[in-house]
Amino acid sequence: MGILDGKRVLVAGVTLDSSIGFATAKVAQEQGATVLISNFGRALSITRRIAKRLPEEPPVLELDVTDDDHLARLADAVREHVDGLDGVVHSIAYGNPETLLGGKFLTGPWPDVAQAVHVSAYSLKSLTTACLPLMKPGGSIVGMTFDASVAWPGYDWMGFAKGALEACNRYLARDLGPQGIRCNLVSAGALKTLAAKAIPGFELFEHEWAKRAPLGWDLDDLEPTARTVVALLSDFFPKTTGEIVHVDGGYHAMGA
Amino acid sequence: MASTEEIRSGLADIVNEVAGIPADDVQLDKSFTDDLDVDSLSMVEVVVAAEEQFGVKIPDDEVKNLKTVGDAVAFIENASAA
Ligand SMILES: NC(=O)c1ccc[n+]([C@@H]2O[C@H](COP(=O)([O-])OP(=O)(O)OC[C@H]3O[C@@H](n4cnc5c(N)ncnc54)[C@H](O)[C@@H]3O)[C@@H](O)[C@H]2O)c1
Repeated sequence: MGILDGKRVLVAGVTLDSSIGFATAKVAQEQGATVLISNFGRALSITRRIAKRLPEEPPVLELDVTDDDHLARLADAVREHVDGLDGVVHSIAYGNPETLLGGKFLTGPWPDVAQAVHVSAYSLKSLTTACLPLMKPGGSIVGMTFDASVAWPGYDWMGFAKGALEACNRYLARDLGPQGIRCNLVSAGALKTLAAKAIPGFELFEHEWAKRAPLGWDLDDLEPTARTVVALLSDFFPKTTGEIVHVDGGYHAMGA
Repeated sequence: MASTEEIRSGLADIVNEVAGIPADDVQLDKSFTDDLDVDSLSMVEVVVAAEEQFGVKIPDDEVKNLKTVGDAVAFIENASAA
């Protein structure tokens, strides 16, 4: 018996087995869910190989969240495998590391900022509305943030995009609530994924995090984050929406 | 256990499939980035495919040390001997 028994879940944003999306798909399967995963562009062929490493090989869909055609076709692509969705996980972010990250805040050019916001924040709305025809009351959307209430070294315009994502989460909660659908974010501590390693200066967090977090923190352990995403997908957070749940060992609550 | 040449040729097929580089060009002394033009995303896929084919784990931190085809073949040889 699992907390996602009988539920159908789409996890968007799985590249490697070090992706938060991969760990989430794995825990969701272990908890009884039927899982579909998606990715975009050239990374899609990596996803197809990595899918075989899940307990059960899931269907892999192509979805570039900035491509209107992909979004328009998504519901039909999902229906080829399952007849609806109970949960959608948004585990997607991108900001050009050359121009936007690593101390480039004062020079980041608008087209790159616009891309970062499109891929990392606006897409929570587009993915949600693309999936809405498949969802019914009790459905749950979960996205991934990195605490945007403060400024971080190196994170720069990605932090700005996360601020937009956190606002997007609240407005989605407002507009989906009447349909009985929840929208929440998990604010994870620093994890050594492909995306994180592209952030110049990411190493700065590495030791800090484990030191400050009262529960301790392992940058290679995706399981606590994945379990929390799965809990939010389940029926055990029935009246929680517009929320940001921190999975960071308690780091955010400490002053130093 | 596979010989050095078997690993090289298996890897050459993977590089060909992933990046479209002629398998005959994938020789031990060739650098993935400088000689073969394998970019970082293709390299990630080559690693994933090689892990499957040779039944080894190539840790992320190791990948940046695999500059040439020979480096990768030697790593796979050692890892599968262990
Ligand atoms: N790693 C961390 O420290 C950390 C901490 C907190 C939050 N997060 C967030 O978790 C989420 C997942 O990141 P991750 O760390 O697992 O890295 P990851 O690189 O494994 O995942 C990011 C995914 O986004 C996908 N993506 C990028 N552009 C896309 C597009 N246009 N359309 C569709 N997919 C696209 C990538 O292909 C990749 O699969 C991101 O939102 C990230 O910001 C990460």
